[in-house]
Amino acid sequence: MPRAAKSKAKTRKSAGDDPSNSDFALRSLQEAHAADPRYKANRKKLLELYEQMLLIRRFEEKAGQLYGLGLIGGFCHLYIGQEAVAVGLQSALEPGKDSVITGYRDHGHMLAYGIDPKVIMAELTGRQAGISKGKGGSMHMFSTEHGFYGGHGIVGAQVPLGAGLAFAHQYREDGGVTLSYFGDGAANQGQVYETFNMASLWKLPIIFVIENNQYAMGTAVKRSSAETEFYRRGTAFRIPGMDVNGMDVLEVRKAAEVAIEYVRGGNGPVLMELNTYRYRGHSMSDPAKYRSREEVKDVREHNDPIERAKKELLKMGESEDSLKAIDKSIRAKVGAAADFAESSPEPDLSELYTDVLVERY
Amino acid sequence: MAIELKMPALSPTMEEGKLTQWLVKEGDAVVSGDILAEIETDKATMEFEAVDEGTIAKIIVNDGAEGVKVGTIIALLASDDEDASEAQPAATPAPAAAETPDEGEGAGSDKPAVPAQLENAERKAVTDPQIPDGTEMKSVTVREALRDAMAEEMRRDDRIFILGEEVAEYQGAYKVTQGLLDEFGGRRVIDTPITEYGFAGIGAGAAMGGLRPIVEFMTFNFAMQAIDHIINSAAKTNYMSGGQMRCPVVFRGPNGAASRVGAQHSQNYASWYSHVPGLVVIAPYDAADAKGLLKAAIRCEDPVVFLENELIYGRNFDLPDLDDHVLPIGKARIVRKGGDVTIVSYSIGVGLSLEAADQLAEEGIDAEVIDLRTLRPLDRQAILDSLARTNRVVVVEEGWPQCSIASEVIAICMQDGFDDLDAPVLRVCNEDVPMPYAANLEQVALINSAQIVAAVKRVCYRD
Repeated sequence: MPRAAKSKAKTRKSAGDDPSNSDFALRSLQEAHAADPRYKANRKKLLELYEQMLLIRRFEEKAGQLYGLGLIGGFCHLYIGQEAVAVGLQSALEPGKDSVITGYRDHGHMLAYGIDPKVIMAELTGRQAGISKGKGGSMHMFSTEHGFYGGHGIVGAQVPLGAGLAFAHQYREDGGVTLSYFGDGAANQGQVYETFNMASLWKLPIIFVIENNQYAMGTAVKRSSAETEFYRRGTAFRIPGMDVNGMDVLEVRKAAEVAIEYVRGGNGPVLMELNTYRYRGHSMSDPAKYRSREEVKDVREHNDPIERAKKELLKMGESEDSLKAIDKSIRAKVGAAADFAESSPEPDLSELYTDVLVERY
Repeated sequence: MAIELKMPALSPTMEEGKLTQWLVKEGDAVVSGDILAEIETDKATMEFEAVDEGTIAKIIVNDGAEGVKVGTIIALLASDDEDASEAQPAATPAPAAAETPDEGEGAGSDKPAVPAQLENAERKAVTDPQIPDGTEMKSVTVREALRDAMAEEMRRDDRIFILGEEVAEYQGAYKVTQGLLDEFGGRRVIDTPITEYGFAGIGAGAAMGGLRPIVEFMTFNFAMQAIDHIINSAAKTNYMSGGQMRCPVVFRGPNGAASRVGAQHSQNYASWYSHVPGLVVIAPYDAADAKGLLKAAIRCEDPVVFLENELIYGRNFDLPDLDDHVLPIGKARIVRKGGDVTIVSYSIGVGLSLEAADQLAEEGIDAEVIDLRTLRPLDRQAILDSLARTNRVVVVEEGWPQCSIASEVIAICMQDGFDDLDAPVLRVCNEDVPMPYAANLEQVALINSAQIVAAVKRVCYRD
């Protein structure tokens, strides 16, 4: 019977006496990461990562404020609490060579890629100067110049789209890899697994990044997911998984290097689970009654990625005053972005019918 | 100068709310992220967080206040380097308050004039290229024409590749991709697993990444699994990105009823896709249009849905033997000239319309037959010009009647051709039922030329 034969073969494989067998390979990246989990950053490097995280935090706080003032409309999903993920991962990419794609919680990924906060904020306020000319909004922003491919509002869509970007890297043999971010909620979408299958089958150069912030909108991971260890979910497709602390930018950075080296080497995809936490509601209009105030406070006080980096910087000899000065200059930068976003004009009405199609027929 | 804390909008629809409870009091030091108050919106009770650091200098709106308008100053925050007791509101009015005039009840009705859709005068005059005198005509099947279109374009441009179920080693479920694997190899002709949603997304993503994918659906019935990527990912991206990110992908495959394959495999999706701004939708009938328009679709910078028809694949038509036969997208074609009535159709309906026109000619009615060819953008002018000459229109569509291409053509005639009409516009569509399997039921569910003849006679008042 084929079934018996299959299980026999499985037993033989998992005996594990051949270190080169593929079951071993499925765990090899996780083991490599566990053996040496943190990136050894010098003060200058850590300061750079700290500043990027702080920029995201301050930007998002400001966006929340502008939303409260009615200057930002519709849906607005903030990245506060998750900063170490985008910063740690994207700092390991090669700009101009690699590509990044994500879902609707996209402000942080754009800032981590060095996109001007002014044009992001102006998009949030729906202005002509916004990165999508005010036609996209918070969830739909792109910068092909930076290799940032959105900004997608349909949960999970960025996963096959990201595989398409990776397909293009492979097809052109340009050495690029794609980082495709999605959440623990999107991880239950069927198209994710269709994509895992093809990405692994075709050895596409893609890193699937599950940002597990513990809640799919208001549904806790354990209420929605039969397997809550998301990094294991690639196993059926022979995609190696990595379980990463997403609240420590140096662990994220180091894990990214392990994954990128593997993917760039032509070995096919990697699935990373970044364990993180979002402090704010799912979107601005989420009262977040599905968790306690204490739970949020506990993460903020004991596991905040920015505070962690700050403490480390102080230990390395950075002064309180210089960190204060950094915060001040970031606040000024964000303030300038907000002023720009408030004062620049709305799109001209003539833009209504532009960009529907590229060509005229 | 004090920082003003204003009543926040905490949902897309909130205009005012209740300040349920302050969680801080005057004199408290706060840092960004601290929860200052609970506010009840139109939907829920929300927490209001501090963004700036400082000391609560003054609480202006007290606990329990109801109907507090968004933008009202509810408290003052003294920043670290000033004395909380001296905090004063800023002199300048807040931009939000200034920009939120009291909108009366009818504010929404003052909709500014909507700008006209983009028209390009030069494009209006575009017609099919002239076929040079002495060009040899070859008889080819639609299947071969489609295959040749793809092969010719793939020779021109390495960015073009095709992926889909059974397109490579099997040589195409309907043999449209026959021979492509042999010529272009496995890098460019790619068999996928049976996962339409996934591979349509991969195709759209590859297009965003700079390639020119042709995604074949074994039939468009299965593309319903992938329709999210066709519409939400491919069609909307250029607009949502302000023209920055294109998605030049072609989704193609057979559409419409085949033969005896039942309800789930027999459906015309033309009106579904033609509904969507951001897509180009093409549905050719004969081999020359199939080839010329598929080549144009592959070259085009926009996402294209290219609807073929299984029952036409094997039909032979004359095709001009040219090196590069490319036709303009967005232009209908008069396939039969006539002066008494206009029959508007596309895809397999064109063949039935031509059959009907021959019968009508025997009865002394000279019908003009227009093949729309492109369903979005629709060539409105071609319809209206013909209507102006014949004053009578019948629309023929192998598909359901409600919200169909026929509905749209009728609306165009009513809105912009009313004065030219001598009779109501009629449509000949499939019966409004899921496709039955039984041969006799299927036959009556589908349109035929006799129905077209009858409809034409009615609009000519000859029945």
